[in-house]
Amino acid sequence: MVRTARCARWLSIGVLAAGVALGCGPRKGEGGAAAAKDPIRVGHFASLTGDTATFGQSADRGIRMAVAEVNAAGGVLGRPIEVITEDDRSVTEEARTAAQKLIQRDQVVALLGEVASSRSLAAAPEAQRAGVPMISPASTNPKVTEVGDAIFRTCFIDPFQGAVMARFAFDDLKARRVAILFDFKQDYSVGLADFFRKTFQQLGGQIVADERYTSGDIEFRAQLTTIRGANPDAIFVPGYYTEVGLIAKQARELGIRVPLLGGDGWDSEKTLEIGGAAVEGDYFSTHYAADSDDPQVAAFVKRYQEQNGQVPDAMAALGYDAARILADALARAGKTDGPALRDAIASTKDFAGVTGRITIDPSRNAVKDAVVLKIDNGRFRYHRTVSAQ
Amino acid sequence: MENLLQQLVNGVAWGSIYALVALGYTMVYGVLKLINFAHGEVYMVGAMTGYYTARALGFAQEPSGLGLAVVLLAAMATCAALGATIERVAYRPLRHAPRLAPLITAIGVSLLLQNAGQLLLGADPKFFPPLVASREALRFGALAVSNIQLTVLATAVVLMAGLELVVMRTRVGRAMRAVAQDADAAALMGVPVDRIIQLTFLLGSALAGAAGILVGLSNPKIDPLMGLMPGLKAFVAAVLGGIGSIPGAMLGGLLLGVVETLVAGYLSSTYRDAIAFVILIAILLYRPSGLFGAAQQEKV
Amino acid sequence: MRARSALALAALVAALALLEWGAPRLLNPYYLTIATRIGVAIIAAVSLQLVSGFTGQFSIGHAGFMAVGAYASAALSVYFGGGWLAALADVLPGGLARALYFPLPLLAGGALAALAGLLVGIPALRLRGDYLAIATLGFGEIIRVVILNVDAVGGARGFALSAPGVDLRYEDLGALYAVVVVSVAVMARLAYSSAGLAFRAVREDEIAAESIGVPTTRVKVLAFALSSFFAGVAGALFAHSEGYIHTNSFSFVRSFEIMVFVVLGGLGSISGAVVAASVLTAAPELLRGFGELRMIIYALGLIAVMILRPQGLMGSRELDPRPWLARWRRRDAAARA
Repeated sequence: MVRTARCARWLSIGVLAAGVALGCGPRKGEGGAAAAKDPIRVGHFASLTGDTATFGQSADRGIRMAVAEVNAAGGVLGRPIEVITEDDRSVTEEARTAAQKLIQRDQVVALLGEVASSRSLAAAPEAQRAGVPMISPASTNPKVTEVGDAIFRTCFIDPFQGAVMARFAFDDLKARRVAILFDFKQDYSVGLADFFRKTFQQLGGQIVADERYTSGDIEFRAQLTTIRGANPDAIFVPGYYTEVGLIAKQARELGIRVPLLGGDGWDSEKTLEIGGAAVEGDYFSTHYAADSDDPQVAAFVKRYQEQNGQVPDAMAALGYDAARILADALARAGKTDGPALRDAIASTKDFAGVTGRITIDPSRNAVKDAVVLKIDNGRFRYHRTVSAQ
Repeated sequence: MENLLQQLVNGVAWGSIYALVALGYTMVYGVLKLINFAHGEVYMVGAMTGYYTARALGFAQEPSGLGLAVVLLAAMATCAALGATIERVAYRPLRHAPRLAPLITAIGVSLLLQNAGQLLLGADPKFFPPLVASREALRFGALAVSNIQLTVLATAVVLMAGLELVVMRTRVGRAMRAVAQDADAAALMGVPVDRIIQLTFLLGSALAGAAGILVGLSNPKIDPLMGLMPGLKAFVAAVLGGIGSIPGAMLGGLLLGVVETLVAGYLSSTYRDAIAFVILIAILLYRPSGLFGAAQQEKV
Repeated sequence: MRARSALALAALVAALALLEWGAPRLLNPYYLTIATRIGVAIIAAVSLQLVSGFTGQFSIGHAGFMAVGAYASAALSVYFGGGWLAALADVLPGGLARALYFPLPLLAGGALAALAGLLVGIPALRLRGDYLAIATLGFGEIIRVVILNVDAVGGARGFALSAPGVDLRYEDLGALYAVVVVSVAVMARLAYSSAGLAFRAVREDEIAAESIGVPTTRVKVLAFALSSFFAGVAGALFAHSEGYIHTNSFSFVRSFEIMVFVVLGGLGSISGAVVAASVLTAAPELLRGFGELRMIIYALGLIAVMILRPQGLMGSRELDPRPWLARWRRRDAAARA
C-alpha cells in the first residue's frame, strides 16, 4: 500500500509538472533577445487541405518564392526570413488555432493570411490582441481590416471591385439588363455580387436574374437555363476559377451568346484550360495583366512557372506581393517588434508589386488600380485600367 | 415550355450518372447491408484514372473514339480493383462486428481517399481531356441537346443493361441474388459467399469508375473532393428506387437528377443538395422499400 | 457517504475556481483555445453517446444541432443579450453580471436545438439503423443550408459575436468547464436512471421492449431531444468562446468527428466518450508537425482501431475508480496485518 501510494504520488507530481511545463510555453516577449543571425520568423496560415486547398496552396507557393528571393539577396536586417506555414483545413475555427499556434509557440513577428475572409475574420482578433501585424493577401470583405490597427490587406475590397465591373458593364458594354450567377457559399462571391448589384442598379441598370450555386458544383445548366429565359445583355459571374470555366462551357452549350463578366477570382490558367473556346470574349477585373510590358511581372511569371510547373494564379501573385511588402516593411522598420512593424506596413507607399503599385490607405486596405482583361484568342489580354480613385 | 423541356433533358443526362453510381451502392447494400461510404471516392478515382491515362497515352489532345474506349476500360478496371481491395482490407474483418463499425470504417476509407487524393494528385481542379468533341446534336428551337449528353445517356444505359443481364441471366448473378437474400442459406447451398461479395464490389466499383469517366466528359472539371456529395446523392437515388433493386437504382438516379435540376432551376440552387435528403426522408417515411423494392417484413 | 460526496463536490468547485483563476495566468491563449475545444467536444460527444450509445439510434447529423445552438445563442446575445448584459453590469459587479448572464444564451441555444431535435426526431426515428444515419446526415445538411440563407446571422460572411460597448465573448476556462461538468453529470445521471434503462432496453431489442410496455417511440424521441439539447449547449459554448462562427464549422465532417469520439470511446460508455473526445481533439494539434499527413494519419488510425478493436476503448463499461480503491484498501489492510 505504501509503495502504491508513493507511486501514485510521484506519478501525479510528474503529470502535474509535465502539464505545467507544457502549458507554460514561452509567451510573447519572454523568449530572450534573438541572436543576430537567427531567422526572422513569419507565420502563414492557410487552407492547405480541405475544400479550398487549391487557394491556400497557391498562396503558400507565392509566399515561399518571395521569401526565397529575399533571402537569396541577403535577407532582411541581416537575417534570413523563415516562413512557418500552418494548415487550417479550410475550417474557420482552425484558422484561429493556427494563428494562435504561430503567435504563441513559434513566436512569429508577423502573420500572412488568409485567403478566405471568414477565416481571416476568425484569426484577426488573435493577431490584434497579441500585437502581431497580420497581412491578408486576398480577403476582400471590408470587415477584415476593421478588426484592428494591426490588420492589413494587399488586395481589393469588394466595394471597389464590384463597382468596377458594374461600371464597366454599364459604360463600356452598354449593358442594361444583367443576370448574376454567384457562389452563395463563398464570402468573396456574395460580397462582390452585392456591390455589383447595388452599383449597377444605382447607375440605372436592371438585374434580370439572380441565381446562385455552391463552390464544388459542376452542374449549372439548371440555373443557366433560367438565366437564358430572362434574356440578359451580360452575365456577372463573380466566382472562382474552379467553377467559372465550366459555367462558361455549359452556358455556350445552352446557346447563351452574351459575354460573361467576372472578378479577380477568374485569374488563373484554369479558366482558360477548362473554359476553352467558351470563355472567348468574356471580361474580368483583376490586379495585373500577365501580358503587361512590366518586366517584373514577366520575370515573376517565368520564375514561378520554372519552380512550380504551372503559371501563377491570382492567389500566388497576391501571396508573393504580400510577403514582399512584409519584407520591405521589416527593412523600413529597422526592427521586428509589433508597433514598429505595424507602422512600417501602414506607411507602404507606391510599392511596385507584380499585382500593381500598392499603397496602404488609412483603413489599412490596399489602394491599387484594377485592370479589366478580355479573353481573346485563348489568352488574357489587357483591355483597360480602372484607377483606384 | 422550352425551359421546362431543357431542364428535363439536363436532369435526365445528369441523373444517368447518379444511376451508375447508385448501382454500386444498391448491389453492395443488397449483399452486405452496408452503406459503402467510400463508393463516392471510387467514382473520383475513376475520373482521375481517366485523366492520367488519357494524358499518358496521348489521347488528351484530340477527341477519339478509341481514346474513350481505352480510358473507360482503364478506369473501370482500376476501380474494380480498388473496390475489391477496400472490401478485403476494410470490410471483411468487420463482417461480424456491431453494425456501426463497418459504417465508421467506410467513412475512414472515404476520408483517407479524399486526403490521399489531395496530397498525391494535388488539390487543384483538373481539366478532363475532351475525348468526345462537344457538338450540338439536337435542336428544337431553344432546346439544345449536346452529343456528350447523348453519349453519357447511351453509355449508362448500355452498362446498366449489361449489369442486369449478368445479374438476372448468369449463374454468378444468381449467386449474387442468393447472397443478397440470405447469406447463410446461400453458404449452406454451397455458394462461395466471400468470393461473391468480392465480385459484387468489383462490378459496382467498375460502374462507379465508368460514371467518373462520363462525368469527366460532360462536366470536365475534376478534383479529389468531387466524390463526396455525388456519392451521398447516389445513395439517396438507390433508396428512392428501392435498395437492392437494379432497375430501381437506375430509375431512382434518373428521377433524382430530374428533381434536382427542376428545383435548382425553378426554386433555388440553394436547395439543390438539400432536396436529395428531403426526398430520402420522405421516401423512408412513406415508402421505405422505394419504388421497386419489395416490402420488408420485420422478423421478430 | 454524504460527507464524502459533499467533500467531492467542494473539491470540484475548488478545482474549477483554480482553473478560472489560474488558466489565463499559466496557459498561453493557444492552449486555452485547445482546452476550450476539448470542453465543447466532450459535451458534444457525451450528448451523442446518449442517443447513439445508450439508445442505439445512430445519428450522424449532430453538428447540425450544434449549429442551431451556436447560431441561436449568438443571435440572442448579439441582438438582445448585449443590452441585458449592459443592464446587469450597471447594478452588479462586472464578473457577477457576466456570470449571471452566461447561462441564458446556453439555455436558449439548447432549447432551440432540442426543438430542432423534436422536429427531426419525430419523423426520422421511425427509421432503423443505417437509414436513420443517412436521414440524420441529411437533416444536418438541410439545417446548415437553411442557416446559410438567413442574412440576419451573416450567411456566407459568418457571424461575429459583437455588440457595441459590450464584450460577449466568454473565455474563462473555469466557467466553461463548469458547464462541461454540469452537462456531463446531468447526462450521466440520466443514462444511469430508470429512463436510462428504458434507453438501453430500446437499444438491446426494440421489439421486445415494446412488447413489455416500454413506449419505444416516446423513449427514442426523448433521447433524441435530450441529446440535441446538449448538442445545442455545446454549440452555444463554442460560439461564445470563439467570438465568430461560420456554417462551415458544422459540416458533416464535424458530425463524423463526433461520431468517431463516441465509437472509439466505446458505445455506451460516458467516460469512454470523454476520454476519446479529449484525446482526439488534442491529437490533431499534437500532430501539427506532420502537416498535410494529419488527416491521413487520422483516417488510417480510425480504420485500424475499428478493425482491431471495434468495441472501442471502453466497450460499454465506465471508468470507475471504486474497484481499484477497494483493492487498495484491501491491500493496505493486508499489509498492515
